[in-house]
Amino acid sequence: MAETGSDAQQGQGEMLTPRRPVVPHADSHILHVDMDAFFVAVELLERPELVGKPVIVGFPEGRSVVLSASYEARKSGVRSAMPMSSAMRMCPRAVVIEPVHRKYYDVSARLMDIFRTVTDLVEPLSVDEAFLDVAGAIRRLGSPAEIGAAIRRQIRAELGITASVGIASTKFVAKIASARCKPDGMLLIPAKDTVAYLHTLPVQALWGVGAKTVDVLAKLGIHTVADVAGTPLPVMKRALGATGEHVHNLSWGIDPRPVTPVREEKSLGAETTFATDTNDEALLRRELLRLAHKTGARLRASGQVARTVALKLKYSDFSTITRSRTLGTPIDSAQLLYAEAVSMLNRLGSRPLSLRLIGLRAEGLELAGEATLQLSLERRADNWRDAEIALDAVDAKFGSSSLVPARLLPKAAPQGEQGKSERPRVPGRQASEGKPDKLPE
Amino acid sequence: MKFRVERDVLTEAVSWTARSLSPRPPVPVLSGLLLKAENGTLSLASFDYEISARLEIPAEVAEEGTILVSGRLLADICRSLPSAPVDISTDGAKVTVSCRNSRFNLATMPVSDYPELPALPDVSGTVSGDAFAQAVSQVIIASSKDDTLPILTGVKMEIEDDLITLLATDRYRLALREVHWKPSTPGISTSALVKAKTLNEVAKTLGGGGELKIALSNNSELIGFESGGRRTTSLLVDGDYPKIRSLFPDVTPIHATVETAGLAEAVRRVSLVAERNTPVRMAFTDGQLTLDAGTGEDAQASEAMEAALTGDEITVAFNPHYLSEGLNAFDSKYVRFSFTSAPKPAMMTAQAELDGENQDDYRYLVMPVRLPNQ
Repeated sequence: MAETGSDAQQGQGEMLTPRRPVVPHADSHILHVDMDAFFVAVELLERPELVGKPVIVGFPEGRSVVLSASYEARKSGVRSAMPMSSAMRMCPRAVVIEPVHRKYYDVSARLMDIFRTVTDLVEPLSVDEAFLDVAGAIRRLGSPAEIGAAIRRQIRAELGITASVGIASTKFVAKIASARCKPDGMLLIPAKDTVAYLHTLPVQALWGVGAKTVDVLAKLGIHTVADVAGTPLPVMKRALGATGEHVHNLSWGIDPRPVTPVREEKSLGAETTFATDTNDEALLRRELLRLAHKTGARLRASGQVARTVALKLKYSDFSTITRSRTLGTPIDSAQLLYAEAVSMLNRLGSRPLSLRLIGLRAEGLELAGEATLQLSLERRADNWRDAEIALDAVDAKFGSSSLVPARLLPKAAPQGEQGKSERPRVPGRQASEGKPDKLPE
Repeated sequence: MKFRVERDVLTEAVSWTARSLSPRPPVPVLSGLLLKAENGTLSLASFDYEISARLEIPAEVAEEGTILVSGRLLADICRSLPSAPVDISTDGAKVTVSCRNSRFNLATMPVSDYPELPALPDVSGTVSGDAFAQAVSQVIIASSKDDTLPILTGVKMEIEDDLITLLATDRYRLALREVHWKPSTPGISTSALVKAKTLNEVAKTLGGGGELKIALSNNSELIGFESGGRRTTSLLVDGDYPKIRSLFPDVTPIHATVETAGLAEAVRRVSLVAERNTPVRMAFTDGQLTLDAGTGEDAQASEAMEAALTGDEITVAFNPHYLSEGLNAFDSKYVRFSFTSAPKPAMMTAQAELDGENQDDYRYLVMPVRLPNQ
């Protein structure tokens, strides 16, 4: 038995090995493809006159942040996620374009389609970046570097935007490589050179090492990836806990995580940053109701139910707290999400500071068909859900927001304090206020 | 003010009165116990705008008077005193508690700031304390613990002549218990919604004292209970309780009778693998009930026991917690499950013999869990 086994293996080896052409760097088969200033690039397709100029995508007013900045704007110090007000001060010449997310999703979908013609092992990280494992495409399409170049050509030709590609033997090194060759570049890190390359980098280059970890490590005199690699594993574990081992592994180029085509959504939710910090209970509740409807609709659309509801609050000093509650029976109804969120908000009691942000998440997701469901004696509990399903159908037919709970109707033009305090007592007036003057016919 | 009481008598009186004090009183004086000494009795009172408690005990009163002291502190002190007479006397704005060699000086609060306690409504009838306590314990398990639905945290008391019906539901189960009482006015017809928590306290602390007087008037926003010199009032829960009696099924073609204690034990064992209250399945076949819980990927458990089945075979799944709480409320030898069909509520009633008739003065209705393939 043992003999036949080894024969078979040998036979296979003889059959395959000689036929396989020598492919350069076939062991660096993970690609990280990342669009360059994606939102800006998509906008510039419609406004070619702005090419080569500083451009920022984001809402110019309020407290929005920079969603994307052209490389010309980045030269002035503008970065993604920076408050718009700071960015506009740094780069007053910049042309500000308001984002239209639908456009980016359309381009993103075409982008992912291009990736899937290369391999089915595509793991999208966000709208504009993805990992590709091209090991299985090498015989058909050539070496990883040839595949990377072909993808870049195809994106430029079909979508008119540019991408940077990092190629390596592991996901995190590929991601580092794409960041190092931006914009419009490609960098291959051969498997055998991975460790040497990593050891030239500062420690924050490692995936998962954020500002806090950098601080902890700096106190130990660890500043570079090489320092991490030279630190005994027990020391790393003591400093960082369980992540210590992970970070240490990364410093030696060890990252066993495969490219996973469909990333299972573990949670979904929505949050709102207020235009001005607030502690207005009515406003917070209304916002939670809106977020609950958004989240509920997404749950139902994806055929999922949530076992846990989480409430997130960010105070004016940016400190964040979350509270969550796991339910006996999983839910997908906005009304129930809302009830849970409000009861968590109530249980928190008085808040030390006003709120900058409020968020609601549905966690512990299960497919609705596979979940057990505690039936209720109350028919009304299902009525809400039925009403929401009807809402979903109306939205699907006429576009979103055509129907909302009365409390979420847009307010008429703001009035003085007097008018406000009268509002609840005058039913006729309330009704007329609920409807804006220009109702679509 | 100056008086002397035996430590045990005082401790019991103080702890009972202090138990209804709110841990976070809306105004400071409401953290106090009102002590009034006169005519050889000491009366104690507490109030938190929702619940009031009053009781009188005999005391050797040397000097009459009224004081207001921190209830929590006084209760803690009394509990830790040696078993000997306790002397309490005022000394200016302070009050001294002494017992054998221990002495405590406590601050008092101004009596004039203390609100007037609500008057006990007229007594409308009496019930056996034990029977009422048992009825309450059987019903409150089905009340909601979720404060976002205040109405469902209450127990509905419906009074028709000599019958009190207690009802509670948390939307997933419903408990109904009938208990007889002696109304002072024959033909009385009224109802009240009382917080389950309050009713539980009443059952526990007033149920053991023989006759329990219930004071309830049609227009009152209060209900009062009195037993053994202890009186308590509670605000009623505001709002319309849902009409839930009709949820009990009229026709139940399937009946299964199982030994109560054995089933309770089996459910407890099997549900050890039912993580996060995943359901326990019950399959009733001729002469046998098979319980099982857990999913294919995780741990699983099953157990079979004897059952008498009338009607079609049926498989139903329940939240193990709901099932256990229901079973524990029965002290009968057997419990009968009455089914219409699998996704409909199941009713549990007491039964003395395996093939006898069931009693329906206590009914526990529980909604099943829908399994993925149903």
